[in-house]
Amino acid sequence: MSSPSNPAAATIPQVGRISRIPLPALAAASLVLVATALVFVFFVAPTDANQGFSQRIFYFHVSIAITAYACFAGAAWQAFRHLWKRDPGADLKSYVCVHQGVIFGTLVLLTGSIWAKISWGRWWLWSSDQLVLFLVLFLFYCAYFMLRFSVDPGPQRANLSAVYALFGVVLIPVSFAAIRLAKDIIHPVVFTLHGPNFGGWILVTYCIAQVALLVLAYTLYRLELSGKRLDGRLRELKEVLA
Amino acid sequence: MTTAEKYVTAAYCVVFAVVLVYVLIMALKLQRLEREVDEIAEHLPTEDDAEEAEREPAGVG
Repeated sequence: MSSPSNPAAATIPQVGRISRIPLPALAAASLVLVATALVFVFFVAPTDANQGFSQRIFYFHVSIAITAYACFAGAAWQAFRHLWKRDPGADLKSYVCVHQGVIFGTLVLLTGSIWAKISWGRWWLWSSDQLVLFLVLFLFYCAYFMLRFSVDPGPQRANLSAVYALFGVVLIPVSFAAIRLAKDIIHPVVFTLHGPNFGGWILVTYCIAQVALLVLAYTLYRLELSGKRLDGRLRELKEVLA
Repeated sequence: MTTAEKYVTAAYCVVFAVVLVYVLIMALKLQRLEREVDEIAEHLPTEDDAEEAEREPAGVG
């Protein structure tokens, strides 16, 4: 990942240290954490008095949503680094972050729809601002790929993609705040200004699931980034040999 | 199994299926890259080729 000689990496030493963790160790940590989270979700966390068993979707649904937001925020941060510091690897990192965010965003919509079917009896409700705003955010980032692949590789593509990723980050607080600003109370509020709306084992289980999904997302990010870098180097090598 | 239990199981299965498909796609991509590295390695000169090239041509007659 970031080499120690890279000045951009030196400014963010924490990220530099994390990026040196070997991929197999990250994969093992993801596996252990996800397995632990599942044990807590199904065997430790108590059944919710209001929603019953279906509330157990929440542990992964909310964690995946926060992870998707983190991926989009990471994409914006890398886009900012590309535009400001001209870090040569930042464009690729931003692209991989958006890709991860879209994958996790798909999971948010799928798990949310399943939960809605149990709780509301419908797969989707257009009247819920939270749902519609998340869909807008998701589609906005899906369109990122259309923009990126409609421009030839090079500085222009990198710059356009970076500007787009930076604009997209504005939608994250809007989507997050929508439920708190909305008049309807269809979608449950998990986090309020006074903290989480739950405690005890539910909070512990949620925290474990959140950490597990963040580590899983980071592992997949590193895996994809390694593959893309290898692909890029191979193309360069082929051009030299041709 | 109640309806809620079925839906919760389906939700978690969907999550793991998507992650599994993603990892499979990445594995296939890495296999393709490995094949491409092998193809490039085949076109590179071997040690014997290099030694042969270094050897001075001997004059005949």
